[in-house]
Amino acid sequence: MSEQADVIVVGGGSTGCGVVRDLARRGLDTVLVEKGNLTHGTTGRMHGLLHSGGRYAVSDRKSARECIEENLILRDIAGHCVEETGGMFVKRPEDSEEYFQEKLEGCRACDIPVEVIDGEEARRREPYLARDVEKALVVPDGAVDPFRLCVANAADAREHGARIETHAEVTDVLIEDGQVVGVEVEHDTGPGKRVHREPGTTEEIRARYVVNATGAWAGQLGEMAGVDVEVRPSKGVMTVMNVRQVDTVINRCRPKGDADIVVPHETACILGTTDEEVEDPEDYPEEEWEVDLMIETLAELVPALKDARTLRSFWGVRPLYEPPGTGTDDPTDITRDYFLLDHDERDDLPGMTSIVGGKLTTYRMMAESISDHVCEKLDHEAECDTADVPLPGSEDFSVLREYMDEFGLRSPVGRRSAQRLGSKTDDVLKSVSPNPVVCECEGVTRAEVRHAIGEAGSDLNAVRLRTRASMGNCQGGFCTHRIAAELTQEYPEPVVRDAEDELYQERWKGQRHALWGRQLSQAMLNHLLHATTMNRDGDPAGLNASVDFAAFDAGPDTADDPTGGDAGADSGTAAADGGRPRAEGGVDGDR
Amino acid sequence: MAIDSDVLVAGGGLAGITAAVAAAREGADVRLVSYKASTLRQASGLIDALGYLPPTEPAKPLRDGPPTAGRGVDPDEWDDPEGPLIDPFEAIDRLPEDHPYRILGADALRDGLALFDDLVGDAYLGSHTERNALLPTFGGSVKPTARYPRAAAAGIASDDASTLIVGFRSLTEFDARTFADRLTAAGVPFPVAGAEVEFAEAFRADAKITRFAGALDLDQPIDGTPAREALAKAVAPHLHDIVDADGGVERVDRIGFPAFLGDEHADEVRAELADRLGADVFEIPMGPPSLPGLRLEDRLYKALDAEGVRFETGNPVVGVETDDAGRVEHVLVDRKGREIPYSAETFVLATGGLVGKGLDSDRTGVREPAFDLHVPQPANRYEWFVDDVFGEQPYARFGVRPNARGQPLDADGEVQYINVFAAGSVVGGADVAREKSASGVSLATGHVAGTEAAAAAIEGTTEPAQ
Repeated sequence: MSEQADVIVVGGGSTGCGVVRDLARRGLDTVLVEKGNLTHGTTGRMHGLLHSGGRYAVSDRKSARECIEENLILRDIAGHCVEETGGMFVKRPEDSEEYFQEKLEGCRACDIPVEVIDGEEARRREPYLARDVEKALVVPDGAVDPFRLCVANAADAREHGARIETHAEVTDVLIEDGQVVGVEVEHDTGPGKRVHREPGTTEEIRARYVVNATGAWAGQLGEMAGVDVEVRPSKGVMTVMNVRQVDTVINRCRPKGDADIVVPHETACILGTTDEEVEDPEDYPEEEWEVDLMIETLAELVPALKDARTLRSFWGVRPLYEPPGTGTDDPTDITRDYFLLDHDERDDLPGMTSIVGGKLTTYRMMAESISDHVCEKLDHEAECDTADVPLPGSEDFSVLREYMDEFGLRSPVGRRSAQRLGSKTDDVLKSVSPNPVVCECEGVTRAEVRHAIGEAGSDLNAVRLRTRASMGNCQGGFCTHRIAAELTQEYPEPVVRDAEDELYQERWKGQRHALWGRQLSQAMLNHLLHATTMNRDGDPAGLNASVDFAAFDAGPDTADDPTGGDAGADSGTAAADGGRPRAEGGVDGDR
Repeated sequence: MAIDSDVLVAGGGLAGITAAVAAAREGADVRLVSYKASTLRQASGLIDALGYLPPTEPAKPLRDGPPTAGRGVDPDEWDDPEGPLIDPFEAIDRLPEDHPYRILGADALRDGLALFDDLVGDAYLGSHTERNALLPTFGGSVKPTARYPRAAAAGIASDDASTLIVGFRSLTEFDARTFADRLTAAGVPFPVAGAEVEFAEAFRADAKITRFAGALDLDQPIDGTPAREALAKAVAPHLHDIVDADGGVERVDRIGFPAFLGDEHADEVRAELADRLGADVFEIPMGPPSLPGLRLEDRLYKALDAEGVRFETGNPVVGVETDDAGRVEHVLVDRKGREIPYSAETFVLATGGLVGKGLDSDRTGVREPAFDLHVPQPANRYEWFVDDVFGEQPYARFGVRPNARGQPLDADGEVQYINVFAAGSVVGGADVAREKSASGVSLATGHVAGTEAAAAAIEGTTEPAQ
């Protein structure tokens, strides 16, 4: 099978999704290929901060200005992905006053709205802040849901004719006559939605241009094309708390360092992070000290974190890049700016450009700049409109919010569904009746789960990311099987089983990093529910040996006992009224 | 007035109740204190003894070092467990040496089950044989168990009676169609179909299972029709849903429902449905809140009362005070912030495991908070788990380690307090979930602890032995 497109975008993170939307809207025939789910690599593994730019206001004013510009744009075009939490840079007694002043001036210089408040006012706004916090800078940080953002970009691209292929790993970059002409991909379960147990296929996709938007994996794709892309993957831990100890983004106001930010995100708070260079973006140690450091250091800002319940931890890798020869040792010193590497200019390999570095907040701007570049290469004239046109789900979202307040959706479940779904709320929630809650921790209903299954196939991790189902306190203990049961409408039993096992195992992965206190109790309860009550681990359907059912107890009133009389001394008593004779007759008679 | 008894049992779950009754039957004056509602509400109500011997060693050595991002790393590999076991008793010798069954012996399990049979009377079946029965689980599997409630009995899997599994559109725990296909995949010897039916959708969409149980219990009208009749009508169109290999239809012999068929009047509800539908009716045990677990709890507390055991709930045991000889003199019970001493000759600790909060933990370690008993554990918390969720999880075996009399041992293997005995999930060494041994371990340890505690209290043999 072969297809000729204008552009192939490799990588389904925020950059790739932004690029495919931009190019599709400009009228180019575009294909996005991603080896996992959308956001699978780095985008889905960040703390969800929508930068105000404050973090870069001292060290990197260009990035700071870009952040505040894009921050304001995203509030407009992606209302259902953004929570306008506001943010603070808080100063403890031991933190430098000089730096505080530099930060304040930096924010002003970059047009970041900023306000100075004293410790008392900071605690009035965020009561769990430490008593010795002296003062704070207030900035317009926010929280962004990276998955919803990427899905919305991909959905808009699709509406404009793009093809989106997830679980489609690039296995080769096709080069003919010294020019990149396409890629070869392996579809994990065939093209389209991922469905367990469907056989994989290989496809060559040809295009006039290839964009490498694989972030930390850009070097690997470059290698397939025979070019060097010097990304320096750097890992960082994020630790998820079970509640929002703060409703505002809390940053530590000091030059740089690990464990200096708490981001309220949906029902949780996410603590971050570390910054350690790693060799391989797919295989690096996830270490105990990193988790301990988050809790202990950030408890200096929010003491309640010390004894709070931790749900899980996860790690992400930043796609840091620096031009060859810069020679920075410490990854925290590497610029957060982004770079376009035109392989024609750089390596005499026309037909491909890599985009590296950057950050989620400025994904749209990066996408615009690489789309401009691609259009120039293809001699295609079209205007970028991504800064002005709302993403699907965000149209009239503010109007919808008022409507929610006024009418039915007053329950917390309805409210949360509406926040996740944005302007799609009505259509989705009315599609299924009855519509019971499937995930109780996060208040996710059947309609939302089925809607996500419609988009994502049997891939329950993709369903989870779309809906937040299984992301609360129980970490899937009470709902993995319930989410899987919703697959029954469309998929046969073995697919449901594989999907369920995969989600349950994925949920365990992050919980391993939170196995103490109440989350260890939760893990044991989950273990008892799934192994004791459901017998998922010993299910004869999953074991190699078959079961001799006749050798087991068939009840006290069955005469045939294959082992001959055994020890049951009081079998007479038990059988006396055990089980009525099999009932006869009935409401509908025998048809 | 001093609070005193021969035996004081801390903990009101299956193990605590068993220990209290066992002690009372030895002639001891027994008092039971428990903190919260027992974890029976989370239990399926099936009484498992031993259903599997899970592998304790990986098929391939575990990866060294911390967890990794792991996308390119092999997960742990484990062999299949041995089982389902037909005979739980003969397999005991093949459990790890420090398993409570190995320490206490197979007769402790027999005694515990016999006591249970006596307490629950004809509400449970299975005592006519030492063999396990296979019962359907709400995960769509079957599992081996030693005793099963009468309400679940008609679901027994070693029976070729054709079966309909009923699910409810407004309940999300399982989908009956996948359930039926899973049973078939498990190789059950009966034809089975699943049907999702519309019932009680007048209730709000996420009504609790107890709401359905209540309506059926009292036969309350739902949209004008009495609940039991309404349920029978909803199921009736599916009585011929089983299609055999030749395309013929077969009338079902038995029908399985999620376990919400009434509460106080559960027998009556099942009987009426069976009559209306012309088929046997059984319940499939569910997760929390579990009606079979709650019904068992009610029954056990009535039995406890009948045995003359005094009990009080709502107050936790928060500490102990010892004498110079290393005996526990009394435990401290927190009553509204005041620590009240409860003294006794002997004490049974049955406060539960990680779920029941009989074991507590933080980032630095796991401890038994009431008596501060020794809990063996790897020093590094990243050795408390393995990567496969159903692998040999060290955390699942956390707990105090007893000797053959049920006395917890210290780090040197010596009895920690001469007059303290432990029972139930606070006892470690078993992975009760993978073994399907949870109730059996509670009954065996409870029986031993109660009997020994009573004997020691009555005979005054709480002086150091050996």
